[in-house]
Amino acid sequence: MSERPLLSVRGLTKRYGAHVACLDVGFDLWPGEVLAVVGESGSGKTTLLACLSGRLPVCAGHVEFTLRDGSVVSVLDLSEAERRKLARTDWGIVRQDPRDGLRLGVSAGANVGEPLMALGARHYGQLRAAALDWLDKVEIDGDRVDDLPETFSGGMQQRLQIARNLVTRPRLVLMDEPTGGLDVSVQARLLDLLRGLVADLGLSAIVVTHDLAVARLLSHRLLVMRRGQVVEGGLTDQVLDDPQHPYTQLLVSSVLQP
Amino acid sequence: MTSAVAVRGLTKTFTLHTQGGVELPVLRGVELAVDPGECVVLADPSGAGKSTLLRSIYGNYRAQAGEILVRHGGGVVDVARAEPRRILEVRRRTLGYVSQFLRVIPRVPTLDVVTEPLRALGVPAAEAVARARAILDRLRLPERLWGLPPATFSGGEQQRVNVARGLIAGHPVLLLDEPTASLDAESRGAVVALIAEARDRGTAIVGAFHDATVRAALATRLVRLHGQARQEAAT
Repeated sequence: MSERPLLSVRGLTKRYGAHVACLDVGFDLWPGEVLAVVGESGSGKTTLLACLSGRLPVCAGHVEFTLRDGSVVSVLDLSEAERRKLARTDWGIVRQDPRDGLRLGVSAGANVGEPLMALGARHYGQLRAAALDWLDKVEIDGDRVDDLPETFSGGMQQRLQIARNLVTRPRLVLMDEPTGGLDVSVQARLLDLLRGLVADLGLSAIVVTHDLAVARLLSHRLLVMRRGQVVEGGLTDQVLDDPQHPYTQLLVSSVLQP
Repeated sequence: MTSAVAVRGLTKTFTLHTQGGVELPVLRGVELAVDPGECVVLADPSGAGKSTLLRSIYGNYRAQAGEILVRHGGGVVDVARAEPRRILEVRRRTLGYVSQFLRVIPRVPTLDVVTEPLRALGVPAAEAVARARAILDRLRLPERLWGLPPATFSGGEQQRVNVARGLIAGHPVLLLDEPTASLDAESRGAVVALIAEARDRGTAIVGAFHDATVRAALATRLVRLHGQARQEAAT
């Protein structure tokens, strides 16, 4: 077992005026671990994700990330340029709406190839091969490589966004409601795909979702947020099957069992 | 600790906050030690907390008080206090668990469901598949089902997938919660034979079995959670 967490968060607090979006949130994420953050709308899940990635300035707190060489950087103290570099090399960010995470004006193949080019890849044949390989991994027909994402269904767009994010082999992936906008039939396929990719690549990931079934399927560990605070955390099946906090019990007992 | 599992002073109470804070005391001061090669059968009637105890040992339920010591690798882990990644590691290498119901994952074929515990241990795909085919064959699950997701299977077919998944990795500790409940006599016999082989290989087993013939075939000792002084020798 590795001795240092990949990501270490302490005392993270974000206020919008008098409104508290995140209050004193802290956790460690270990290599290969998938952490789900659940809670109802407005509980602070998405704000937490935006603060972690440095997209939103925080009011207080520390976020430490362990680099490939074992050194530790304080994410919130990085300059904009350093943060962008870290995002390119080590982080993937999958947005709820694939249209926010894709470049809609270029082909599917270019969407997958671009992140590699940003890391210095220039050989056209290799870029195209990588794009085709990743389209195949996310179950998109190679015939569509030159088509624009606009011509894809919502589920295909989301799979393309995942390929665009994972092609550079990031060490940490942040996902915000990755199945949120999709039909139920498409959700299952995407979840299965994500589960396989996360396990095969040994990724660490933080998945924000309001769907407890998604959390159960994808995550090892769970944080339950309410009004900006973590009210309960632990092994995913333990929190869902034996919830301790009144709010978690309410969440779990409110889910319809089909 | 020579036992494979030692439960000491385990207390588990459910507090139902959505039901006005009703408290359900299920386990109080439970003591249980299981050695390798033993099959300890929990002999209380329904509602006595057998499933709760099995789930607590697996780390699925949280204990209010007490220790749940599991021999893991060269050391001992207290499941009641271990952090999540430690519990997952103990499940991967040491604890096998078969519940009454298979929690199916959409779209995942039976063979993948069954090989998954082996793949998590790093067993190569070809070997994992060969072992899965062998165990599914012994459990008499028709081969035409192996490539299909178990969601649409009958209760008995799902249960055999569940047993195959729980037993395939040869974990040193098995927790079995009514693994034969929805099976016909022939399938039940196949499951019992597999469990007996595991026991005779030195696996430490804790089980809840209602069926008297299953108990007779497997139990080396009967234990009651309530009135713990009355431990009886197996017949």
